Amino acid sequence: MTAAIDAVGLVKTFGQLRAVDGIDLEVRQGEIFGVLGPNGAGKTTMLKMLATLLTIDAGQARVFGVDVAREPHRIRQLLGVTGQYASVDEDLTATENLWLFGRLQGLSSADARASAERLLGQFGLEDAANKPISQFSGGMRRRLDLAASLITRPPLIFLDEPTTGLDPRTRGQMWDTIRGLVAEGRTVLLTTQYLDEADQLADRIVVIDHGRKVAEGTPDELKTSVGNSTLQMQLAPEADQELARQVVRRVAGTEPVLTQESGRMNVPLDSADHAADVLIAFRQAGVSISSVSVAQPTLDEVFLSITGHDTAEANEAESAETVGVAVEVQ
Amino acid sequence: MTTITSDPIIRDPMVQVVDPVAAVARTRPRTTPAEIVSQTLFMAWRALKKMRRNPEQFFDVTLQPLLFTAMFAYVFGGAISGNVQAYLPLMIPGIVAQTVLTTCMSSGVQLREDMDKGVFDRFKALPMARIAPLAGPMVADLVRYLIAAGLTFAMGVAIGYRPGGGVLGVLGAIALAMFTGWSMAWIFTFLGTIARNARTVQGLSMLFLFPLTFLSNAFVPVRSLPSGLATFVKMNPVSHLVSATRDLANSGTISGEVGWTLLACLVVIAICAPLSVWGYRRHL
Repeated sequence: MTAAIDAVGLVKTFGQLRAVDGIDLEVRQGEIFGVLGPNGAGKTTMLKMLATLLTIDAGQARVFGVDVAREPHRIRQLLGVTGQYASVDEDLTATENLWLFGRLQGLSSADARASAERLLGQFGLEDAANKPISQFSGGMRRRLDLAASLITRPPLIFLDEPTTGLDPRTRGQMWDTIRGLVAEGRTVLLTTQYLDEADQLADRIVVIDHGRKVAEGTPDELKTSVGNSTLQMQLAPEADQELARQVVRRVAGTEPVLTQESGRMNVPLDSADHAADVLIAFRQAGVSISSVSVAQPTLDEVFLSITGHDTAEANEAESAETVGVAVEVQ
Repeated sequence: MTTITSDPIIRDPMVQVVDPVAAVARTRPRTTPAEIVSQTLFMAWRALKKMRRNPEQFFDVTLQPLLFTAMFAYVFGGAISGNVQAYLPLMIPGIVAQTVLTTCMSSGVQLREDMDKGVFDRFKALPMARIAPLAGPMVADLVRYLIAAGLTFAMGVAIGYRPGGGVLGVLGAIALAMFTGWSMAWIFTFLGTIARNARTVQGLSMLFLFPLTFLSNAFVPVRSLPSGLATFVKMNPVSHLVSATRDLANSGTISGEVGWTLLACLVVIAICAPLSVWGYRRHL
């Protein structure tokens, strides 16, 4: 079977910057393929090259066997692209948007209307069908945007950070929708900054950083490389950081990640249960801490373990999805 | 807000399984001329919808003809032609040309604003002709030229202008002004595709527009000008448009000036339309 996407040595340069620096990609038909990386890693650039929105500076890409650089018009007929920001017309209603996109792609007026109606129903937007988009919530916009990508039933869907900025409930709905796309026989290529999103959805993942592929595998393979959870602590100002580091090495058997200036310490753990061992050992050793929480492994840890540097310079806020409630410790 | 139940797509009875092989077989290598025309018209439909929902976009094509016609007539009429009545046949075609040209400048500015919006990302990703998003709004703008030219003549008639060319002459003049507006809009569309933002388009366009409209025979007789300036004025395409409009509206004759105007329009389209598409592609 032809691969949905088969790319070799993709390169995109902007002036001095090699935004995408020789990436190979093979996406099989019918899978959800996740592209994971921090802001500025080159995810969107790569997606845009594959979607004919940017020229390919070097390398070659095929979508269902069709060459991207040589036959862009064919490629555009095979792809639905949903970007980071909803690409629908603010001044038109939801129905008018879908109707227009259908007509532009050669549907008859009746087919375009039927398709708009079907998609609005499918995405739970029928009540908002005749409202201007300016009255839509962020989640509704994303759904409409995705609906707009599906009008001509393309077999391959690109989703560029489909849930960035959505609240958790809307995010879950989007995930269900994405699974539904694949159930229909489509292939989905998805970029995300969230490890848990890739974990929830993707059959396979590549991690990219500075325009290069740094890891590839199933979500489980990636996670085992970083441990299952992280103990995050804020050491008290008077605490002995070197002592704390030694205690962690002894009790947890891993190397903690310590930011010396702020006194923040992260410890990767095989299981959240081991957090208590570390805390008890701290109490016995006299290392005082001002706050503590247990979190899922974050993109930071994946990066740290794979690349040896963290993503902090690229994006700080996006990292941790705290699962435990932070506890204030005397 | 309605919530989506889980797996909404699978439960849909209308679902057909997507078949990649068939989808690849269905693809066509390029857009056909018929598709280019229909896509342009759909983009024009979109632009008209937007105009109707943002009526402030009509301010320039309604207020400007009304205000300028009255102002110019009463301020310059006596000085240039002795009295207002005598000035109107000279001035009204000038205002028509000026209004239509300022209107096509706003085409470029609006295209630039539009291009910065998210929906253009989708147009770029769709299998559609690259010229359609540019040409569509320009077709819709024909409505604006019609309003601008029509209102100027109406205002003129209201303050005493009696066009000697009759209804047909005036209609001919309006049609010529609309076609010229559409053609000249390609200049500003091109500026719109290459400029950094909408404000730059506005600035650049003014640079073109002011000398073109004021250094023409739009408001003053050419014989009153110093000789160097008069030469420029005679070559200025806007002067040809103004003269052609005067001939049509005031005497109902289709003069050689009409031919010169049409030729200038075709030259502008031939140069600026390909440049605009090139500029638009560069943004991809």
